[in-house]
Amino acid sequence: MNLFSIALKSIRQRALSSSLTALSVALGVALMISVLIVNGVIAQMFNQTGTGYDLVIGPRGSRFQLILSTIYRIDRPIENLPWRFYQEILKRPEVEKAIPIALGDLTEVGQFPIVGTTTEYLTTPYGGDGKRFRMMGDGKVMAGPWDAVIGSDVAVTNNWKVGDEFRMIHGGQDDHVHDERFTITGVLDRTNTPNDRSVFVNLEGFLSLGGHEKPLVEAIQSESAFFGEKIDDLQQKYAKEIAAEADARARGVHYHPGGVVPDVQRQITSIVVVCKGGDDFPARGANSMSLQTFLRKGYRADAANPVMVMKELMDGLLANVRLAVLVLTGLIIVVSGIGIFVSIYNSMSDRRREIGIMRALGARRQTVFSMVLVESLVLCVGGGLLGILLGHGLVVVGSPIVAARSGLVINPAFFDPMEFVIVPVMVAMATLVGFLPALTAYRTDVAQALSN
Amino acid sequence: MSLKLTNVRKAFREPGGGTLPVLNIDQFLLAQGEQVALVGQSGGGKTTLLNVISGITAADSGSVLIDGIEITRLSEPARDRFRAERIGIVFQTFNLLPAFTALENVLLGMSFSGKADRAFAKSLLDQVGLSHRLNHRPPQMSVGEQQRVAVARALGNKPRLMLADEPTANVDPANQDKVLTLLRQGCQNLNISLLLVTHSTEAASQFARVDRLADFNKPGAAA
Repeated sequence: MNLFSIALKSIRQRALSSSLTALSVALGVALMISVLIVNGVIAQMFNQTGTGYDLVIGPRGSRFQLILSTIYRIDRPIENLPWRFYQEILKRPEVEKAIPIALGDLTEVGQFPIVGTTTEYLTTPYGGDGKRFRMMGDGKVMAGPWDAVIGSDVAVTNNWKVGDEFRMIHGGQDDHVHDERFTITGVLDRTNTPNDRSVFVNLEGFLSLGGHEKPLVEAIQSESAFFGEKIDDLQQKYAKEIAAEADARARGVHYHPGGVVPDVQRQITSIVVVCKGGDDFPARGANSMSLQTFLRKGYRADAANPVMVMKELMDGLLANVRLAVLVLTGLIIVVSGIGIFVSIYNSMSDRRREIGIMRALGARRQTVFSMVLVESLVLCVGGGLLGILLGHGLVVVGSPIVAARSGLVINPAFFDPMEFVIVPVMVAMATLVGFLPALTAYRTDVAQALSN
Repeated sequence: MSLKLTNVRKAFREPGGGTLPVLNIDQFLLAQGEQVALVGQSGGGKTTLLNVISGITAADSGSVLIDGIEITRLSEPARDRFRAERIGIVFQTFNLLPAFTALENVLLGMSFSGKADRAFAKSLLDQVGLSHRLNHRPPQMSVGEQQRVAVARALGNKPRLMLADEPTANVDPANQDKVLTLLRQGCQNLNISLLLVTHSTEAASQFARVDRLADFNKPGAAA
């Protein structure tokens, strides 16, 4: 019989208190693992998806809100940008690609975010490491105005497939359901990004929906405010459109010349930009800087680098939250360790006779010392390993709920390098909490223990 | 295994600050393979004597010579090792570990001497008539069976000297003879010297040599 099997026997003898103390360690570790995984996944996701684009341009406001709404779709868009501004960005020498994004609506079923955009969004790498969207089966991008492509989670949750139709809820104050129906032409492969729970519709169709095109008078006012131009000048510029719209209104119809929304009434919520330079990242960085400098002159627009913004968020808010939660879970583990200490230490008075017997049979002081220490190790490390399994199990159970509620896709198999630290920490804690009871065993007077 | 005690003194400190002499033995001899019953009253120092011989308790002075090895000069770890390898002990209260099965109790005793032999442990339990109780834990056995497991455990490390402390005191009369017979036969078969202390003249009557502790232990004389 070795020390390990003797320790196991002792643990079995006090099965209830031993298992409860080990379980308390396991729960503390499970909590810590969950925090590590969620944090790791958040960091990975933000870094991964953010690096696909050099800049996101949106109306002046919170840069966090701009990135969170455009890239992660977990916030409302700030305001709108005039189409004319998008066209100017498209012509800039620094720009390789500028993709318009219109957000705010949700699917009627499942409430998934709608992204009105062009097919270029789906043909542009979404990750900094060149990751591209791939279509399941023979799906196609949304070429027609009423075509849509859906993310993998949307397909699974809503049980949608190519050919199915859906309607959208208007994201304004009234939240009415649009009458128009979009037809699914493709389903994207899983990307482990918020795109999995997004629905991409053709921008033309999106802008044609009732309430999406800005009324001409309002559009001219907002364009004036955005570019800092006089309303009179703009009214003169758009005199033809104003007259045509008044005529259409008199006839009780929408003003959609040629079936499309006039440019002046088109508004989007942001623009994702890939700068020129290809794999020459310094050159791309220089172009990005140049474009940001340009935007500071006279436009009521702002540009944000997704990586930088998310790094600020991670380093500032999330890193502190992570630290706080890790400290708290660390304290839980320490309290669990104290529980193990109390459990073993209290058992020592009952076990003095057993220790006396073993010593009488020839066990050395070091042997009984090690025996108690091994018992502490088994409880701490066993609890720790169980906690790691429980932590990942918790994520397996919780990840679909988190994904459904927040859009954060968590891979339960994600492994944080910090997890490697847990086992040595458990060994250290076991040694610490087991030392005093082990010392009591070491000091046991054999004759006295047997006479009791 | 021969045992020779010479001028062994042992006293315990009392709470009041005085000392209580327990052992004062000028000489005691036990020859190789000999079986001796040592009869004494309760509180007469029987258990202390066994503890001194086994090295559990250190004598204040004197010599304890076992097979030519002076126990009193050994370090504590060396005494532990000596006890694990050469001495078997049967306790009055059996002292089996309740979490361990009969077989595991025997193996545990053997493991401290580094001689854990599963087949031998099983054969010992078979010899004491407990082959059907190998996987039973002490609370699942009768007191007679428990003491038989204790006998098997004491024989497990193939000791040279067996010390038995009132081994039948807690056993029902029907099992007392059985336990004693098993102990004596086991020692005889393995050529182990046996020193059995008891206050029972009935138990002592089975031995060819019966010594009275009071005849050679004079603690009062030391004081």
